[in-house]
Amino acid sequence: MDSDLIVQILFAAIKTGTPLLFIALGELICEKSGVLNLGQEGMMLMGAVVGFLAAYGTGSAGLGVLAAMLMGCLMSLIFAALVLHLGANQVATGLALTIFGTGLSAFVGSGVVGQTIQGFQPIAIPLLSDIPFIGKILFTHDILVYSSFAITFALLYVVNKTRIGLTLKAVGENPHAANAIGIKVLRVRYLSVMFGGVMAGMAGAYMSLVYTPMWVENMTAGRGWIALALVVFASWRVGRIMLGAYLFGLASIMHLVLQGLGWSISPNLLAMLPYVATVIVMVIISADQFKEKLLAPRSLGKPFDPRQMA
Amino acid sequence: MKRSNLVSRLELVSITKQYPGCLANDDISISLMPGEIHALLGENGAGKSTLVKTIYGVVSPDKGDIIWDGREVSIKSPSIARDLGIGMVFQHFSLFETLTVSQNIELCLSKTQLNAIGNLAERIVQLSKEYGLNVNPDRYVHSLSIGERQRVEIMRCLVQSVKLLILDEPTSVLTPQEVAGLFDVLRTLSKEGCSILFISHKLHEVTEICHKATILRGGRVVETCVPQEETPASIAKMMVGDLAEQDAGYAKKIGTKSLFNVNCLSLPAKQPFGTSLKDISFELKSGEILGVAGVAGNGQDELMAIISGEDERDVKNSLTLEDKAIGHLHAGDRRKLGMAYVPEERLGRGAVPDMSLTENTLLTHSDGFIKKGLVDWPSIQKYTETLIAKYKVKCHGEFSEAKSLSGGNLQKFIMGREIGQNPKVLICAHPTWGVDVGAALAIHQALLALRDQGAAILLISEDIDELFLLADRMAAVCDGHLSPVVKTESTNIDQIGQWMAGTFINSNNDFKGAKS
Amino acid sequence: MIRIQARTEPSSMMKIASPLLAIVLTLIFGGILFSAIGKSPTQALHVLLIAPLADSYNIGEMFVKMGPLLLCAVGLSLCYRANMWNIGAEGQLLAGALGGSAMALYFVDSESAFALPITLLAGIASGMIWAAIPTFLKLKFNSNLILTTIMFNYIALYLLIWAVHGPLRDPQGFGFPESAMFSDATLLPTLFDSSRIHLGIVFAILSGVIGWFILSKTHLGFQIQVFGADEPAARYAGFSSKKLSWLVMLFAGALAGLAGVSETTGPIGQLVPNVSPGYGYSAIIVAYLGRLHPIGAILAAIFMAVLYMGGDLAQIEMGIPVAVVSMFQGVLLFFLLACDFFINNRLAFSNHATN
Repeated sequence: MDSDLIVQILFAAIKTGTPLLFIALGELICEKSGVLNLGQEGMMLMGAVVGFLAAYGTGSAGLGVLAAMLMGCLMSLIFAALVLHLGANQVATGLALTIFGTGLSAFVGSGVVGQTIQGFQPIAIPLLSDIPFIGKILFTHDILVYSSFAITFALLYVVNKTRIGLTLKAVGENPHAANAIGIKVLRVRYLSVMFGGVMAGMAGAYMSLVYTPMWVENMTAGRGWIALALVVFASWRVGRIMLGAYLFGLASIMHLVLQGLGWSISPNLLAMLPYVATVIVMVIISADQFKEKLLAPRSLGKPFDPRQMA
Repeated sequence: MKRSNLVSRLELVSITKQYPGCLANDDISISLMPGEIHALLGENGAGKSTLVKTIYGVVSPDKGDIIWDGREVSIKSPSIARDLGIGMVFQHFSLFETLTVSQNIELCLSKTQLNAIGNLAERIVQLSKEYGLNVNPDRYVHSLSIGERQRVEIMRCLVQSVKLLILDEPTSVLTPQEVAGLFDVLRTLSKEGCSILFISHKLHEVTEICHKATILRGGRVVETCVPQEETPASIAKMMVGDLAEQDAGYAKKIGTKSLFNVNCLSLPAKQPFGTSLKDISFELKSGEILGVAGVAGNGQDELMAIISGEDERDVKNSLTLEDKAIGHLHAGDRRKLGMAYVPEERLGRGAVPDMSLTENTLLTHSDGFIKKGLVDWPSIQKYTETLIAKYKVKCHGEFSEAKSLSGGNLQKFIMGREIGQNPKVLICAHPTWGVDVGAALAIHQALLALRDQGAAILLISEDIDELFLLADRMAAVCDGHLSPVVKTESTNIDQIGQWMAGTFINSNNDFKGAKS
Repeated sequence: MIRIQARTEPSSMMKIASPLLAIVLTLIFGGILFSAIGKSPTQALHVLLIAPLADSYNIGEMFVKMGPLLLCAVGLSLCYRANMWNIGAEGQLLAGALGGSAMALYFVDSESAFALPITLLAGIASGMIWAAIPTFLKLKFNSNLILTTIMFNYIALYLLIWAVHGPLRDPQGFGFPESAMFSDATLLPTLFDSSRIHLGIVFAILSGVIGWFILSKTHLGFQIQVFGADEPAARYAGFSSKKLSWLVMLFAGALAGLAGVSETTGPIGQLVPNVSPGYGYSAIIVAYLGRLHPIGAILAAIFMAVLYMGGDLAQIEMGIPVAVVSMFQGVLLFFLLACDFFINNRLAFSNHATN
């Protein structure tokens, strides 16, 4: 393989990993606060279709992204209301959100299937993009990829260095104790779930405005679920999510790599690769039960009712 | 102590709080002077915890006023309480194990407080020296012992220059020696003018350090007294009412043949922040109660889990029942051989909250009720009725859900269910924790009757008084080590207390080393 | 003033009323939605819910759709009762279809009386294998069952697509990604001449009855329920989590596999890429709507099958995208979860304001 192809593959891995990065970062924050939202796939699809519709209607991809973020947020609010206020089972509610989002997105998007729009164009960052090898891989992307870099670094700081990060960890570990010292547990969880929704919306917008750019039913193809595995893979750490997202991106474009090596394998079998990779990664990561219990937010998936006597 | 010319630090006027199905606080009025150490006494469920949570802003009262330093205040949240100068040390600590000591303390402080303090870690070190608390700001909480965690909670209040410190059963998790240390800190604070509200149900402690005591029963104030002028017996009477039937001393027995043995059991912790078991050996004889004292979190849960088989790791020869190895057997198979258990957690482990008592009978007692894999529900129902009658379980009937029973009644039911299987060995953890006096008496008598039938009983408890009352032989656990086992008559609270603090660990190892 | 108050005891009335209330609320939501997009709500709801039951052909088709939904839902009910979050019914169904079809194609020239039973068993076994892998990974490596079963849904889908493009493609099929038509010896017999109702619906209803029997009459069923309600209690009582996990997962896998092979050997008659319109996912809703009770699942499966039929009809007659069905399913589950809140809580009306 020549170096041009390697650059091309790594460039594509970042591009393919970006929606995973968005959605996994959102889910990470959500899970840090102790809420498991399995509705990522549904929120992402709604983000994708609404982003596409808005961009299609207004001609502005930027407005498309904003609309997608708003939509993701609205979807997450349905989830938050059921889970946080009515104490509904988080697993069932998340599944409902995914089924709902899958159906609703297909429903509202049925009119624009196959239409194309002008998505975001790549912007080569002056100077940085001239760095040999790395410049092409990292600095010739579009604005959404750059914002994913920015969000990752911002979260690295917020989660690890600020009081917000401390509060988030405290709520995720022990909501009753957090409540007892006066942290508004439900408010923290609401905001975390909403952040997850906004990020899922962005991930969807990236799919329909940059990656393809068009709207097809079920176009996210399980990325919302892979992102959930990615959070476990990353042991609930921001930096590792970025690494993991790009690795999964690489797994999804394996056909490029294999072409480069001159192999030929059925595309349908290759299409399984990201899912098989996810299973393998989960097996390896989870096998160490002790470590996983240590790293996972301890109240993850458990409801918290402030009215109960602790 | 003439304080009439001073303004009360805190006055509660007619505080009332209703929970569904339970009037937790009924028209409670209390007042506290600066520097006063005030005991809040009462049985479990008397409303003590609800009341102090009201003062700390965690619970909002339905009715009543709170007057702080002479003016009426509304404490809507813990942060308002903290701004007033109220600090609280919770019974189940409100610390975050994955954070450091100073991060835990930081979370309780507002931005302005933080700025005023400047360097938080330095302040912690300084206060730590001043009050002899020995708290290191950089350690992670999960690496701290229970006593150390409590000091962190107290530190959390001191950092905010506290004027009223509330402690919810602070001594129940401490060794007798640690209690003495805590009391020194409280006396120092009191001299500096800090009021202290001290919840307890241990009467000798109250008479030792409290200036005043308020006694709650069924959510109401029944008495206010000066503890130094009372005896523990007279206070006990105020707490439980007239029907105070005290446990008399019971005759001690000597076990006969060896039934159950734990041999050199060592096991790494399975859960993060759990305790690993270190070379534990003991023998349980037919017709005796072996009491194990210890502060919670010193390996009791782990020991119980490995004996019952809930911890599924294979420890084949480390556990023997009647000379047969059982450490490799599944939990269900161990039950079939005659093991039974009463767990600490009644609801959610000992009984399924959402299932009826009939179903909860079947939970562990299936012998004779299963025919070819099918459940004989009518027979179980009849048997459950007899259990309810025999152990005087107060409930609406065998269809009542387990969660609708009070703690004491559920415990009587669980105890009856386990004893009804005629176990050879009963492992019993904290049997009367949170149970009213009447139920505790019934439970004690059931245990003694089972012992007298020839069963071997392992009694794990944090309540030293109870162990001295019931156990024929005693030991203590500390950090996963088991102390030597001695006859109850030949030891005393002081020795067991020291063992709970781990004084036996080194000498014990030397002894073992010399032997081998 | 209206306040929410916790009930001292859960309401058994609400436990039954909640799914019905959820259905009513979903229909109201649907009515509003249809008016919003300019369709007549009464006509739309009529097409969705009444038309599928209007004539005997439609009723027959409704039963055809109910079969796989119910088979999957009964298995899932048992899994969820045991707290095994198996989202993999879709993949297990596809695996059953794939495995069963491979066997049916082996019998493509056969007239043996054993051809059909062996084909069905092949489908059941394939479904069980597909359920067994995530179960093994969970028990052995502690991997998250929800995620592995979902991944196995995707893997099964691509495996099936690969198979119809490759080894199982009909050589005389002009390159279409489809298998050859199965021989009559491997087709499920239909129950009536005039309709496509086949033996699959009998399997489905039987599975519901068996599921009910296991849950309410056997000690195993009791253990399953304890596991779901309170895992520490189940461990304390000494119930084997491994045994029960295997039991419910293999049971669910077998039923989903049977659903898959019944589709290919029943109404379809060959292996095609789109064997299932998401039956395995809808079965999750069916299981919940049926209160995780196998008999409840029968009623819920009828409702869901009607909705599926109605979705087809609505697309043909009113041009409403068929995706409306899956959206309704999501809404239905939302409403159900919201209504369930009132099993343990109630609205209290009080005249006096607090404080």
